[in-house]
Amino acid sequence: MSSRVRMIVFAVGALGMVVLFATGFRRLPDFGGTFHPYGDRTVREALRQATPNVVSSINFDQRVLDTVGEELILFASALGAVVLLRAVDHEETESGTRHGHGAAEVFEALRLVGVVLLPITLVTGGYIVAHGQLSPGGGFQGGVVLGTAIHLIYLAGDYPALTRLRPVPLFEVGEAVAAGAFVALALLAVGAVPALNVAVGIEVGCALVLLIAKFFDQALLVGADGR
Amino acid sequence: MSGMLDHLPYLAAGWIMLVGVYGIVTSRDLIHAVVCLSVSQSGTYVLLLAIGYRKEATAPVFSDVQPGTVSVVDPVVQAMALTDVVVGATVTALLLALTVQVARRCGTLDPDELRSLEP
Repeated sequence: MSSRVRMIVFAVGALGMVVLFATGFRRLPDFGGTFHPYGDRTVREALRQATPNVVSSINFDQRVLDTVGEELILFASALGAVVLLRAVDHEETESGTRHGHGAAEVFEALRLVGVVLLPITLVTGGYIVAHGQLSPGGGFQGGVVLGTAIHLIYLAGDYPALTRLRPVPLFEVGEAVAAGAFVALALLAVGAVPALNVAVGIEVGCALVLLIAKFFDQALLVGADGR
Repeated sequence: MSGMLDHLPYLAAGWIMLVGVYGIVTSRDLIHAVVCLSVSQSGTYVLLLAIGYRKEATAPVFSDVQPGTVSVVDPVVQAMALTDVVVGATVTALLLALTVQVARRCGTLDPDELRSLEP
């Protein structure tokens, strides 16, 4: 398909979408209005279940089966990315000393910042997970903070320390166990918002660490091949 | 009262989505296309939050607010936006992993040069 034909197809499709979108939105309630029947009901239900963070209550209590689906999408795509990015055997041998990199030469101040920020960020992530049912936050947000915290070591220039800090098999097990625990909890322990938050936090953190680990491996492989 | 201004957030959401799709259609680079998909998807965040918005309302968290004293924005669409963000991030990771494989097998990232699935 030439680029011109493609643009014509796009223009027709975009025009159709604009028409449908505009007609669809003409009958909607006005922006910022007070008509939110579903929202009002969920707020009432969340307060009845003593979960002050209504968004957490929806995600982990009232619509927990939706979150199981979301969770499995997260799990499946993390798994897919890890499978796609696995190093094939001959590539490992070609690149030879894959982890033969020493610590990068960076300013001591930068190294210090990394060392100081690591525990602070870990505590912050744990706090966000643990307080998910009370204040803004939750397993997804806190898990991302936890997953990024470990990589402060890399940003501080010490890749070998990072590889020692995150043994990949452990995180693979952690991710799988947390995903299984989430599904089990969602089906058995209805309304256990804090426990579900913890399971999600662990899974998201592990998934993030695994993904970044695989992308790091790729960067090193490609770099070693000279491509 | 359904002037243009009342629907501006909805129109903005549609516009963001279309801009992203335009970027994908005219893309010359797969990484660029993945980013355009993210842009396109962020239109849905704007749409969801615009639907849930309520004037002079606060966040739907009652840890420091007495229930009933203030109105809150619609939490359902916020929960959906959270789902949206999570799914979007993981799909982006998966697509970037595919892009890495394409670059290694075919040596190019230009979609126009990827004529077949053969390596």
